[in-house]
This record gives sequence, C-alpha cells and structure tokens, in this order.
Amino acid sequence: MIGNLDYVILQQIWWILASVVGALFLFLTFVQGGQTLLWQVGKTETEKSLVINSLGTKWELTFTTLVLFGGALFAAFPKFYATSFGGAYWVWILILFTFIVQAVSYEFRKKPNNLLGAPVYELFLLINGSVGILLIGAAVGTFFTGSNFTLNDYNQVKWTHPLMGLEAAFSLFNLSLGLFLVFNARVLGAMYLVNTIDFSGMTEFETRVRKACLMNLLYALPFLLYVLVSLLVMDGFGFDGKGVISMVPHKYLGNLLAMPQVLGLLLVGLVLVIWGVVLTSLKGSDKGVWFGGLGTVLVGLAVFFTAGFNNTAFYPSKADLQSSLTIYNASSTHYTLTVMTYVALVIPVVLAYIAWVWRQMNAKKLNVDDVTGDKAY
Amino acid sequence: MNQIDLNMVDWARAQFALTAMYHWIFVPLTLGLSFLCAFYESLYVRTGKEEWKKIAKFWMTLFGINFAIGVATGIILEFEFGTNWSNYSWMVGDIFGAPLAVEGIVAFFLEATFFAVMFFGWNRVSKGFHLFSTWMVAIGSNLSALWILVANGWMQHPVGMIFNPDTARFEMRNFWEVLFSPVAIAKFTHTTSSSFIVGSLFVITVSSWYLLKGRNTEMAKKSILVASVFGLLSTAYAGLTGDESAYVNAFTQPMKLAAYEGLYNGKAKADLVAFGILKSEKMPGDDTNPFLFDIKLPGLLSLLANRDASSFVPGIKDLVYGNTLEKIVGVNAKMERGKMAIADLAAYKNAKKSGDTAGSAQALEKFTVNKDYLGYGYFAKPEESIPPVKLTFYSFHIMVSLGCFFTFFFLVFLYLGYKNSLERHRWLLQLGFISFFLGMLASQAGWVVAEVGRQPWVIQNYLPVHIGTSNIAAGNVQATFFMFLGLFTLLLLAEVKIMLKQIKIGPEEV
Ligand code: HDD
Ligand code: HEM
Ligand code: HEM
Repeated sequence: MIGNLDYVILQQIWWILASVVGALFLFLTFVQGGQTLLWQVGKTETEKSLVINSLGTKWELTFTTLVLFGGALFAAFPKFYATSFGGAYWVWILILFTFIVQAVSYEFRKKPNNLLGAPVYELFLLINGSVGILLIGAAVGTFFTGSNFTLNDYNQVKWTHPLMGLEAAFSLFNLSLGLFLVFNARVLGAMYLVNTIDFSGMTEFETRVRKACLMNLLYALPFLLYVLVSLLVMDGFGFDGKGVISMVPHKYLGNLLAMPQVLGLLLVGLVLVIWGVVLTSLKGSDKGVWFGGLGTVLVGLAVFFTAGFNNTAFYPSKADLQSSLTIYNASSTHYTLTVMTYVALVIPVVLAYIAWVWRQMNAKKLNVDDVTGDKAY
Repeated sequence: MNQIDLNMVDWARAQFALTAMYHWIFVPLTLGLSFLCAFYESLYVRTGKEEWKKIAKFWMTLFGINFAIGVATGIILEFEFGTNWSNYSWMVGDIFGAPLAVEGIVAFFLEATFFAVMFFGWNRVSKGFHLFSTWMVAIGSNLSALWILVANGWMQHPVGMIFNPDTARFEMRNFWEVLFSPVAIAKFTHTTSSSFIVGSLFVITVSSWYLLKGRNTEMAKKSILVASVFGLLSTAYAGLTGDESAYVNAFTQPMKLAAYEGLYNGKAKADLVAFGILKSEKMPGDDTNPFLFDIKLPGLLSLLANRDASSFVPGIKDLVYGNTLEKIVGVNAKMERGKMAIADLAAYKNAKKSGDTAGSAQALEKFTVNKDYLGYGYFAKPEESIPPVKLTFYSFHIMVSLGCFFTFFFLVFLYLGYKNSLERHRWLLQLGFISFFLGMLASQAGWVVAEVGRQPWVIQNYLPVHIGTSNIAAGNVQATFFMFLGLFTLLLLAEVKIMLKQIKIGPEEV
C-alpha cells in the first residue's frame, strides 16, 4: 500500500525521517558534550571515572545514530550523499577522524599498557566533543548559506573552492551554529550526568555539574541569537513550479511564517531546553535532561524542516544556483523509497527496545562502587 | 564521464583496500567471538557454575577491546563510498544505499544497545536478560554482516535493477532479487562461517599459550573444547559454502574463477590445480603452459564449477578473445558493442536536449540493443578485463589449503582435548598458538580473491572502477591514505598491547 503513495509524498516522508534521525543525533550529542566537561567538572580520578562510565553506556548509541544518518541519506537522497561527501571532502574527513578516535577511547583509556596513556584518550574525547560537533554544525549551516559546487550533465560534482568543504567553517553563520551546538551539547551533557550519577557524599562535584549546565546555556545564547536573527533576515534558495532555483528575499522567515507548525516546534523546543536548564541548575531536579532532550529534538526538526520544505533547496550551491539540491531532485526512485519506507516500519520497534534497555540500565544511579568494579571504563 | 584521473583511481583503490583490510582484522573476530561468548555464558546460566562465568567474562573483555576498534574502522568505510567513489554512489545509490541503511536500522542498533548491557549490565539486569543481551550482540553483528554482504554481492552480480538512460543511473526494480541473489547468499554464509573459524582459532591461540605456560589450565582446556566443536562445525560449513561460492562464480564471474584457478585455456573435463607455481612470462593469448610446476586433480574443476565432470570451463583466453566452438563471446566483441552503446547514449542525451523527439527515440532504440555491454565500452583494449592473476591465484590456494588444514586441526584439538591430553603434545600447542594468525591470513586472502578477482569491475559488466571515483585531485586521497595508515596503525598497536596485557593478567583477575 505504501507503493501507491505519490512520489512527492514519499520524498517528503523521507525528508521527515532523515530529519528525525538527525534531530535525535543532536539530542544524543549529550555524550560529546559530557566528554568536553570531563576536565571541568571532574577534579578527582573517581569523579572523572563517574563521568566516563556514565557516558560509556551511551556513546555507541550516538555513534550508531550518526552512521544511520549517513546511511539513510545515502539510500533516500543519494545525490546529496554523492555531492556532499565527494565534494566537501575535508570537512567530512575531519569529522570522521574525530569519531574514529572517540570509538576506541572509552574502551582503551583505563586499560593497563594502553600505549598512549589516559590523558591522550581523554584528549581524543575532548576533540570529538568540540571539533567534531563544531564541524557538524558548520556542515549543517551550509544547508542555509550554500556551498561551492557545480554538477555536470551526468550529475557529477565538482567542488569550486580550494578548501574542499573546510571553507564552511569560515562563515560566521556556520561557525555560530557550530558553536551553539557545542554549548548545547554541554548543556545536555550536564543534564545527563545529573540524571545518571549518584552524587551522595560528593556535593561539590554535584554543584559543579549543575552550574556547568547553566553557564553553558549562557555561553550558547549569543550564538543562538546570531543564528536566529541571521536566519530571519537572510535571503534563501527557493525554487518555482518548474524546479528553477532562485534567491528569494527573507526565504527562511517566509518558510517559518508559511509553516507555523515549524515555527511552533522551534519556539516550544527552545522553551523546553531552557526549562530543562532551570530544573537542573536552579530547582535541583534530575529530570532536566528529558526536557532538554525533547527540546533539542524539536529545534533540530525545525532546522531541518526549514531547510528542506516549502520549495526550498536544502543543499544549495552558491557557485551555480541550478546545481542546488532539493528533496525532489536529489532523491532515489519511487521504488527504492517504497522499499525503504517498509523497512522504516521497524523503527518504532528499534526505538522501543532502546528505551526499554535504557530504563533497565539506568534504573539505579551510577555510584562510586560501580566505577571501582572490574568492568569499569 | 570525461575527466579520468588514473592516479585518483589507484589511490582510491589503495585506500579502500587499506581501510577494508584493517576493518577486516577485527570483524571476523567480532563475528566469531560474539557467539563463543554467548556459548560460554549459556553454559554458565545452565550449569550455574562460577567457572563458566569467569570464562565468559574473560573472553568478553577481549571481545570488547576488539569491538571498539572494529567500530572505529567501520565508520570510515560507510562514508568512503561518498568521499572517494561519489560518481559510483550517485549512479547506484538507489540500490547500494538501501542495504547500508537497512543495516543501520536493523543490525547496528541491536549491537550498540545490547553491547552496553553485556558490559555494564552484570549487576544491573537479571541473569536471563544479560544472557539474552549477549545473544543479541552476536545476532546483531552477524545481521550487519548480512546487509553489507548483500551490498557487496550486488556489485559482484548486479540483479533486480535496470539502467535508466535519462539519469544515467542504475535503479532498483526488485528488492527480493537483490536480497536473495545467489551471490549474496553464498557470500553471507561463507563469510560468517569462515569468521566463526577465526573466532575459534583465537580462543585456541590464547588457550594454547596458557597451557604452554602451565597457567589457567582448567579454564584453557574448557575454552578449547567449546571452541574446537564450534570450529569444526564451521570448517565444514565454510567448505560447503566456499564450494557454493565457486559454483556461483562459474556463471556470474567466470573470469574470476579462471583467474583463481590459473586456467588460461578453457577445457572440458578441466583439472583442479591443488598446488601450482605460475610462470611470470605467461601471456593470456599464447598457448604455453602457465605453470612452472603443478599438482592437478583430474576433472575436478568441471565437477565443482558446473556440477558436471565432463563440462567445459572457459579459461582466460576464451573469455578475452572469444571461443566460437563453445559459443563464448569475447571481450573484444563486447567492447565494440559497448562503444556503440556509449555513443548512442550520448546521441540520445543530445537529441533530448535539443528537443528532437524522433532522434532521441531512435538513439534510445539503438542504445537498448547494446545496453548490457555498456561497461565494456570503457576499455581501451580487451586485456584490461583480466584481473591480477597471480595474486588471485595464490590467495585462493592459500585460503583453501588452510581451510583443509583447519579441519584436521580442530579434529585433533577436539580429540585430545576430550581425552585431556593436550598438555602432553607441546608441538601441537605451539601450532595452536599460531593458528589464529593462519586464520586471519585465510580470511584476508578470501577477500583478496573476491575483490582483486573481480577487477577491473566495480559493478560486474556495467561499471569499470575508474568511472566510479570522485572528481577530486588525487593528492587529497593520497593525503588521507597516509592519515588513515598512521592512525589505524597506531590504534592497532594500542589494541594489541592492551590485549596482550589482558591475556597476561588472565581470567583470575578480570
Ligand atoms: C561480514 C561482515 C562485515 C563486512 C564485510 C563489513 N563489516 Fe563493518 N562491521 C561488521 C561487519 C562487517 C561488524 C561485525 O558488525 C562490526 C565490526 C565490529 C563492530 O562493532 O561491528 C562492523 C562495524 C561497522 C561500523 C560501525 C557500526 C557501529 O556504529 O556500531 C560501520 C559504519 C561499518 N562496519 C561499515 C562497513 C562498511 C561500509 C563495509 C563495507 C565496505 C563494512 N562495514 C564491511
Ligand atoms: C562487504 C563490503 C564491501 C564492499 C561493498 C566493497 C566494495 C569495494 C569497492 C567499492 C572497492 C573499490 C573499487 C575496486 O577497486 O574494486 C573495493 C576494492 C577492494 N576491496 Fe572491497 N568491499 C567490501 C569489503 C571488502 C573487505 C572486507 C575487504 C578485505 C578485507 C575488501 C578488499 C578489497 C580490496 C583488496 C580492494 C582493492 C582491490 C584492488 O583495487 O585491486 N573489500 N571494494
Ligand atoms: C575450505 C575450502 C574453501 C573454499 C572452497 C573457499 C572458496 C571461496 C571462494 C570461491 C571465494 C570467492 C567468492 C567470491 O568471490 O564470490 C571465497 C571467498 C572468501 N573466503 Fe573462502 N573458501 C574456503 C575456505 C575459507 C577459509 C578457511 C576462510 C577463512 C578462515 C575463508 C574466508 C573467505 C573470505 C573472508 C572470503 C571473502 C568473502 C566472500 O566472497 O564470500 N575461506 N572462498
């Protein structure tokens, strides 16, 4: 029955699905945020161990979500996958590097005879949490600011900027989005630590974590404001009924007004994040992460929807407007999208078992005894 | 499809080979050891004996160290298709992207979620749930093997698709044909079973070392018993599925089969070369004997390849230059038709651009006649269709010889282990100690057969490798090649050091 759906509907479903995976990834970057807090909130070895072990049960989830984000884009929007990875080469390669070094760090850090020593693995975690997230933010920023590429008759990409993707990080808008994501990840990281660690007998440690949550929100705000204001005033990449791309004044403001639900997602999301911080830092609650997490997911959805819907090119080219990618010219065929949509029906099952295991594993908070045991990271 | 940067192809291939082979150091161990951990833990839950728990936990520690670096080396492969092979990714994303996405949804999350329980759940969840999680990790990792091998199998034998001349892309028409392609099934069963061998050999290697040192002997002997049963069953299965792979090659990739058998001139009642040394000066066109020295099993190749001992098996010469008697069309003839297909496709595109409907319909009709030979049109000379014969041949023979050897090896270990007299045969323990490295060699050699043997195709018969790369300067890929080489080597060294230390510490401490 999915096969009977219009091509356009399927393309939109897949943009929504990709956005959901992307938005969930942004929530799960609490792992990366927590990694960058390690030195700041953990003053003793035990405190550090608590942080690492608390994040250690979740890093794989974040990592796998990133992998799925890549896989889903490959299957549903192969032209985007080919254009972006094959052109913005260096920004992606650097992002990947930061994830490669992260993947070994949890397992290797505390093991005896680990060649590099614990501080180096901690540095890897810091690089992943800062540079990695910053560059991901810059890459997402190009959804709005555009990139430098052309496509030929066979849709093969040619990048026209010598930095091959890294130029994305030299735009104030992209950089601000990246920094906002870094600080937001730290906010989420602090909330998550409060939620999972048993602080009994370690009030100073607890105060540090709760304070970090608030401070990082404050650091994030200027970047957030800059991104929001720019977004409302900047011109964007729209297309008409024939698929011809042009610059449209105040395109993204127009998108938000044309899709009030998306504006709603954005505002509710921001309020939820702030409420999460209030709960964590001012009210002494440990449930802040659920509000901050849901808020981040909603903001993420709003960002991706603004970039892709309402006749907007989601991967625009500054070098050649007509090479810009839209969800309609970059997608796989009707047949593939149909197959993939059937497969996507299992996503709720996956989410359900993840939630179930999460509850089982986090039912009891992590305490000092846990991290001195044999299976500790 | 004009600017062909040969250097770029070579660096992209080198990088793929490098990263894939690094990934493949860890993957077979993950696939095999995950099941062994599940067996040991099941024994613990059934018998309630603490010593099985100790054994399970010990192997899980080693499993975890290996798993982390397996994941680290895997992520790069997923994105390398985009960074280095972007034209390929665009042309086949419709078909090739799907299994990768399915893998993420159904397999990677299973691994990732339950891995956390397996490692941190001992005091947090019930015994039964913990065991369940261990099994889920094993099933999840082997499921991920399924999907990536479906993707790889499709490149070796593209089915369930059509070529769309308007977009110049390959588009999926039948998902089930892609999933149940005979190549995909042969690949999945052979790769997983051979990886079970590697996992079992790893357990035997470590345990043999303990026995040689005279420590942890009870644990080592128990581990060996389980591993040699699993290993023995897996060798039988790997042999069967390997034979199936060769049988499938005979009708999907006859050139690969000819290369790994060293068969230049096709024959009825063809012999199987059990051992051979190839001559350097052999040319595909001449009729000289390709071997300096060989041991042949008469008629066996025809039997294995076609399930018929008197059947004809085409050799490299037949496939390249054609053989009218056996009705084999040579590459030289296919190239002509391929060049026509390329020209007609361009004419079709031009006519369409200029709005010439009659002209475009005509060009399309002409294209359709030759479209199945499209890929051959990109060759400059017919000999380009031959893969590196020596590398393929020797890799294949190393793999198969080791496969036969492992059967006896596991039998002996099982027998002596059962009789509890392993420690009296030090030479055997020494052999056991190196066995993991032999398994690794066989497994890597298998991929060389599969991948080098299919050169120069990235998609068999449709797309030669040099058409699939990204349009970036070779220097970029060269730089990242060395970055990966450096980083992966560093991480591998760290992993080995940690593993050795954990093995030295032994099961008592963990
Ligand atoms: C037959 C099995 C097999 C093969 C041929 C490959 N892999 Fe692999 N891969 C696995 C079996 C596996 C695994 C056993 O499932 C791993 C190894 C360690 C692990 O954690 O999972 C894994 C990990 C792994 C990861 C990390 C997954 C995570 O987030 O947990 C990625 C992204 C890939 N692989 C991608 C690839 C790609 C793109 C390949 C082909 C070019 C590839 N693998 C070949
Ligand atoms: C199962 C998933 C795999 C896929 C989809 C895949 C795909 C590819 C691609 C796209 C290339 C580059 C094009 C080419 O040169 O043919 C390649 C080359 C290669 N792959 Fe694989 N590969 C897979 C797994 C592996 C593994 C696990 C190994 C070995 C450990 C391997 C060994 C090689 C080698 C050695 C080459 C280079 C061959 C040469 O250029 O001579 N492959 N493969
Ligand atoms: C016992 C006899 C064996 C036979 C007859 C055999 C046969 C084959 C054949 C024909 C291929 C090429 C398949 C293709 O390219 O489509 C292959 C690939 C492979 N072999 Fe074996 N093999 C044997 C034993 C082993 C052993 C012992 C190992 C490792 C421990 C192993 C590991 C592999 C791997 C990893 C591949 C690449 C994946 C694939 O293409 O399936 N094989 N084998």
